[in-house]
Amino acid sequence: MPDSISNTLRTDVPPAEPSKKVGALKPELLLKENHHLCPGCGEPLVVRMMLEALESLAAQQRTIGVLGIGCYTAFGSTLDVDLVQALHGRAPSLATGVKRMRPEAMVFTLQGDGDMVNEGLQEIIHTAARGESVTCILLNNGVFGETGGHMTATTVLGQRTKNSLDGRDAAYHGYPILIGDLLAQLQGTAYAARGSVHSAAGVASTGRMLKRAFESQARGEGFSFVEVLTMCPTGWFIPTAKGPEYLNEVMGEVHVTGELKADGVLTTTEQLRERGAAKD
Amino acid sequence: MTRRLMEGSEAMAEASIAAGCRFFAGYPMTPFTELLESFARRLPEAGGTCINAESELEAVGMAWGAASTGARAATGSTGQGLSLMQESFSEMTRAELPMVIFNMARGQGDYFQSTRGGGHGDYRHIVLAPADTQEAVEHTQLAFDLSDRWRNPVLIYGDYLTAHTSESVEIEPMEFPELPEKDWAVDGTLGGTGRSRTVNPLGVDKQSAGIDPEALWNRLQAKHDAIEREEVRVETGFLEDAEVVVVSFGGVARFVRHVVRSLRQEGHRVGFVRPVTLWPFPYEAVAAAAESASRVAVLEQNAGQMIDDVKIGVLGRAPIVAIGGISTDPSGFGVGDILDPAVIHERIRGVLSDA
Amino acid sequence: METVESRGTVTVSVERCKGCELCIPACPPVVLSMSSEVNKLGFRYPELSPGCTGCRACLLVCPDFVFEVFRFDTPVQHEVAS
Repeated sequence: MPDSISNTLRTDVPPAEPSKKVGALKPELLLKENHHLCPGCGEPLVVRMMLEALESLAAQQRTIGVLGIGCYTAFGSTLDVDLVQALHGRAPSLATGVKRMRPEAMVFTLQGDGDMVNEGLQEIIHTAARGESVTCILLNNGVFGETGGHMTATTVLGQRTKNSLDGRDAAYHGYPILIGDLLAQLQGTAYAARGSVHSAAGVASTGRMLKRAFESQARGEGFSFVEVLTMCPTGWFIPTAKGPEYLNEVMGEVHVTGELKADGVLTTTEQLRERGAAKD
Repeated sequence: MTRRLMEGSEAMAEASIAAGCRFFAGYPMTPFTELLESFARRLPEAGGTCINAESELEAVGMAWGAASTGARAATGSTGQGLSLMQESFSEMTRAELPMVIFNMARGQGDYFQSTRGGGHGDYRHIVLAPADTQEAVEHTQLAFDLSDRWRNPVLIYGDYLTAHTSESVEIEPMEFPELPEKDWAVDGTLGGTGRSRTVNPLGVDKQSAGIDPEALWNRLQAKHDAIEREEVRVETGFLEDAEVVVVSFGGVARFVRHVVRSLRQEGHRVGFVRPVTLWPFPYEAVAAAAESASRVAVLEQNAGQMIDDVKIGVLGRAPIVAIGGISTDPSGFGVGDILDPAVIHERIRGVLSDA
Repeated sequence: METVESRGTVTVSVERCKGCELCIPACPPVVLSMSSEVNKLGFRYPELSPGCTGCRACLLVCPDFVFEVFRFDTPVQHEVAS
């Protein structure tokens, strides 16, 4: 075997052979690639798909985002869209004020499960019920990632967190909230979906959901909502490589992915679970 | 424009619209409710929006969002409701957002809340305390101007009487010096240009390596120092040769002004100081009045809150006596026994006889 | 020796990789593997073997935006040790 032949190819420069770039380092609406989120975090994947969805709708110069408080808040300095930073839980109210004064804008919120389902549950429900023409995006990892892995309202039964050390026990801690179902059934909600970034296909599917939600907003149909299950290996105390599997098998079993409301058709999480079981 | 008989709540809503306010969100609570009613009726007619929020938490959040777009926005409640909003007031101050807050308080027990704040961190609000309906109309317009000028929330401290007294008023749009352009406000148009905006309370800039909270706090401190130098407003009367100076604010001061006038007609050497801005507080005016007085009396409708600021102003120049106190009524709306010229007359006479 | 065809390829910003390994199982043709060397941050990073299809799966699952993906106009043949 000649020494010059190696199984490892050069990846430090673009190829010399004629080729077409089919995937850019980052979306154009992200000012730089660097961020301080942990290895294996699922949140940056959603940020990419959200920005690419906005770009595909040519909404670059009419978008206003409202950020909640969580790890994703770090993207406040690198998202190249107009932003308003909200308090924990309060983003849907701010988005309401923004949209009412700028009805031509594409308005979104980016919130975690602690932010939206714990502290801000009342706001998100009323915003959906008003049919507010905004898109709320939930990054659901079942823990308060930023504080170091504590139980939230979406933590699944049995899940161990820093303040549910023996696992979430329904009798002691209560049951997780399926926020997507709660919101989908409200009349003001035009679109609701739950995606997951546990795989490349899941990421791509999440991207399509985000695009549909923004399209719904652009048509003025009412409130739109996309929940995305995301890995938090740091907060789950597992190796990064195990994150997708844990997300899919532990969280995904409860928060089943699929469209919960689209084109006027309501589908419950239970129905999605039955369909999944039928497919298996 | 002709004068019209109007209830204070309606007059403040009209004055807000005259000042360009186009967004209001609130939650009913007596005695603030009629202000919400007036905005709900009048804002849509004026091309604006009034949202019936699900709670005070959301009301202030909605006004925050609207203010971020550069719109003139307001919210309000009673002190009880404002307690729920304090977290947002603090954060909005740090985000340097203008907003007008109406406190139609139950009495004067919210002085500390207004001037010290119930929120976290080093923050201040300009607080205007109108004494009557016409002044409430002027203060409302001034509040929107000051709020934009300083990029800081401004609170109007009113009460049951401010909100519910009907008086003959004139609502003429007031003229103010030109304001700087709101180039910080979000409209979405700069996305993708590398110059998109961010309205945040963290001191975050786009593309910044990290946050610099100390620089933000220092900038806010410098701004609040400047407000203290430039925005003090005070009304005084009969201070020359006054042996007794009565300090009071808001609607109560209107009663005091009336009583002091009548005491002067009776030949008593009494004057008054009325802080028009509760923050910044007119410490210098209080100090000057105390210089030649033998007693400073404080009449406020609470257990003694503004008296702390009077003490800072007087700084030992004269003895200070509290002649106000808790004064409420069975409805709990803060219209009590003190709001009676005869009672106030007697209490000031008591201080005069001691002096 | 055998010949392996690459329909695409990737670039990797090695110094920004945080070594999470999410790209490894995500790659359908299984042509990514973790390095034995570490970058300046102390993390191992993905290395590419022949056989890439340019499908973008690695890019979609990478939280640190280290991949660029290219598709060759004409597939490239590699001779590799069997």
